[in-house]
Amino acid sequence: MSTISPVLQIVERCQALFDDLDLSAVKEWKSKVPGRKAIGYLPVYVPRELVHAAGMLSVGILGGGDQLEVIQGDAYYQSYICRIPRSTIELGLTGRLDCLDGVLFPSICDVIRNLSGMWQLLFKDKYVKYFDVPQNYVDSIGGTFYIQELEILRDDLGKMRGAPITDAELNASIRVFNDNRAAVRDLYAYRAAKPWQAPTAEVYLVLRAGMVLPPEEHTELVREYIAAADAVPRPKRDNARVVLTGAFCEQPPLALIKSIEMSGCYIVDDDFMLVTRWLLDDVPPDANPLEELSKAFLHRSATTAAKYETTREEKGVFLLNQVKTRAAEGVIFAAPSFCDPALLERPMLQDVLGKHKVPHTAFKYAENTGQMAPIREQAGTFADSIKLWSAA
Amino acid sequence: MTTTAAMPASPKQPTEATQGRSQVSSPPSGGGAPQSGGPGGPRPVQKEDAMWLQKELINRNYHELATAHQTGRKVSATFVPGNLNELLMCFDFARSLPETNALQNGMRKKSGKMIMDAERDGQSEDVCTYVKADLGMMMGGEIGPTGEVLPKPDILLLSYTGCFTFMKWFELIRHKYGCETVMLHVPYQGEGRIAPNMREYVVKQLKETVIPTLERISGVKFDIDRLRQYMRESAKAEEDLVAVLQSAKNRPSPIDGYFGAVYYIGPIFTAFRGMPEASEYYRVLRQEIEQRVREGKGPITPDGEMGEEKYRLVVEGPPNWTSFRDFWKMFYDEGAVVVASTYSKVGGVYDFGFRHDPDHPLESLADYCLGCYTNLNLPSRVDMICKYIDEYQADGLLINSIKSCNSFSAGQLLILREVEKRTGKPAAFIETDLVDPRYFSAANVRNRLESYFQMVKAKRVAAAAAH
Repeated sequence: MSTISPVLQIVERCQALFDDLDLSAVKEWKSKVPGRKAIGYLPVYVPRELVHAAGMLSVGILGGGDQLEVIQGDAYYQSYICRIPRSTIELGLTGRLDCLDGVLFPSICDVIRNLSGMWQLLFKDKYVKYFDVPQNYVDSIGGTFYIQELEILRDDLGKMRGAPITDAELNASIRVFNDNRAAVRDLYAYRAAKPWQAPTAEVYLVLRAGMVLPPEEHTELVREYIAAADAVPRPKRDNARVVLTGAFCEQPPLALIKSIEMSGCYIVDDDFMLVTRWLLDDVPPDANPLEELSKAFLHRSATTAAKYETTREEKGVFLLNQVKTRAAEGVIFAAPSFCDPALLERPMLQDVLGKHKVPHTAFKYAENTGQMAPIREQAGTFADSIKLWSAA
Repeated sequence: MTTTAAMPASPKQPTEATQGRSQVSSPPSGGGAPQSGGPGGPRPVQKEDAMWLQKELINRNYHELATAHQTGRKVSATFVPGNLNELLMCFDFARSLPETNALQNGMRKKSGKMIMDAERDGQSEDVCTYVKADLGMMMGGEIGPTGEVLPKPDILLLSYTGCFTFMKWFELIRHKYGCETVMLHVPYQGEGRIAPNMREYVVKQLKETVIPTLERISGVKFDIDRLRQYMRESAKAEEDLVAVLQSAKNRPSPIDGYFGAVYYIGPIFTAFRGMPEASEYYRVLRQEIEQRVREGKGPITPDGEMGEEKYRLVVEGPPNWTSFRDFWKMFYDEGAVVVASTYSKVGGVYDFGFRHDPDHPLESLADYCLGCYTNLNLPSRVDMICKYIDEYQADGLLINSIKSCNSFSAGQLLILREVEKRTGKPAAFIETDLVDPRYFSAANVRNRLESYFQMVKAKRVAAAAAH
């Protein structure tokens, strides 16, 4: 009989899903009903509602982490290109993504954009879609284009399953993802309120489970985790409350997240797996589904470096809002090496934070970074300095 | 992303007199007095030379930029891919292209300090060096390539074509200097074609966002007939440019389609497309190149006429600017001529039929933006390179991979494999940077090139033996 607490049982399950680079959970889901299909997607955002409405499983691809030995993938990339595409190629070439019937490559940066073409060349039997999203936020311009792109994806997925996707199916899927987003919002609010009860290393794993589980199951898992985490008191430390930003694509190793926490920081907000909370509130599920998805994207979505901000005044507002609403005391910029969007965005955000007297620090990582001592020292010093400042 | 670049302000190459005229295929100097020199000593440059025309154009443009605000003109800045020059001219903007400024500073050996200044100001060592050179130039007082102070732009036309970094670049400039920015989002050709909704989206942005903004900033009302007239000029120049670039199908090639072509594309990719002066430049250029074809001559290099043409190459990727002449010399010293390059299509792909169309002006501007080289997906890029290798009877492909430019560089190693597989021709890979002198290792590049030329030779011998 297991003696570990419910919260640790949940975390162990999520850890197992996280460690499983062979996507066994996806294979298992597919094997339950013949003919089921799974569609992969890369960061930052795709409308998973469409995949769900087609009866397919959407699967987040976030690279190979620090457990995958990249051999073939390195032969496709120069040393000055970030790590996520090479480990993704490795996953593909070693057959670990064979269970995916297609992959969506959202508009995020030149590297992921070009990876879509590489996928077209390397995996000719798979569905590959570069999913463009508008950088113009006027409904009649960018919105119209986006709805057309959504229509194309909807048609493609409909053809793959052999029947068009209806509005009713889409609205049902919107409800499912509204629930999921609400659960994730609750999780983030809970962590911000009691970060000692829900360490980010755990929250991260729970979130990450949503990359391979059906959304209904993930929603349930998130709610179970919140309840289980709240049931067992954990020691509260005098940590600094920080927002971590810049990790919206290539993921840091789990050990890095743990290191930041061990160094004396509570991460109270972040930009991990933004797909789970890109749309900031509920999408109305009783109207024209594509129009509603478009409006939510254009007017009520998160901000990241891959998204254009139409005026200078908007720069940093989203981050400042994270700081304010989560009562954070500082910001950690953690960006993957060679990540143009995150690294070019960083000086502007730092400037805004400086003007608002929000302390910040910055470092780079790769998904396979192994040396945590420097990160721990830097984050620890940052936490100490925050505590000193706030005391003063 | 990297783009081209008008007329590197280079220098010191000789101009070869042929039938009383200097050759336009000599790279022009962008600013200052006309250069002469070389092994044969100083030679006069004659006025009717297309090189002169280009020099006049670029000097005049920099001067117009420098004096724009004094003369009541507004200043625009935009990027080379998706450069809507004809449209900007409709509003009387003086026109600046930050990529061009960065590369000019690279060729003048000034960019290293600018990049380090930008890094000291908080920019990461990992990111695009064009951006950092531009930011560094601003920090240093915005002294332009001709020595005149360039003004702060009144409008940044963010033609978001084929490069994500463009967006961050102009956001950075806007953040630092408060310039107004107008976005033109150009969808990527992910499926290798322009879908109707992509074109409609671009046209709609032009009509409802870009043009009204340009009208407001400039105070000039948009006149579509004026746009049509500029586009008529553009089409003429494009026709002549294509003839020049395709002259490399001859043996020997009368031009170098990479090192030489960066000069040829200068006016059309930057602030001059649509101007009668640009059309005239390309008319004269074409005449001169056709004359070289009739005379069976090879390209002009900075050291004069190139010797025997031994290798014909296709090159993918932008050049290095900080050691441009040394880089080129490594080719012509070995008798290698580049017969076609993808970089010379970065500001517009014209050799597969696209021309600016005055009868459908906005749709045509959209197609122009959508069709720029780095807006094409990887399979399309592979197809284009294979076609070049075939049509230009090239011996192989050389990829110059640029550290700064993910738009070009991500995926190039797969391009290399695919092209080798499809054509059976050898391919090689070198790595440099655009304007960061720290990333140009002459010895490494030379070694790689020498090995590559030997490989080409060995392949030839093997092929001859097989027949």
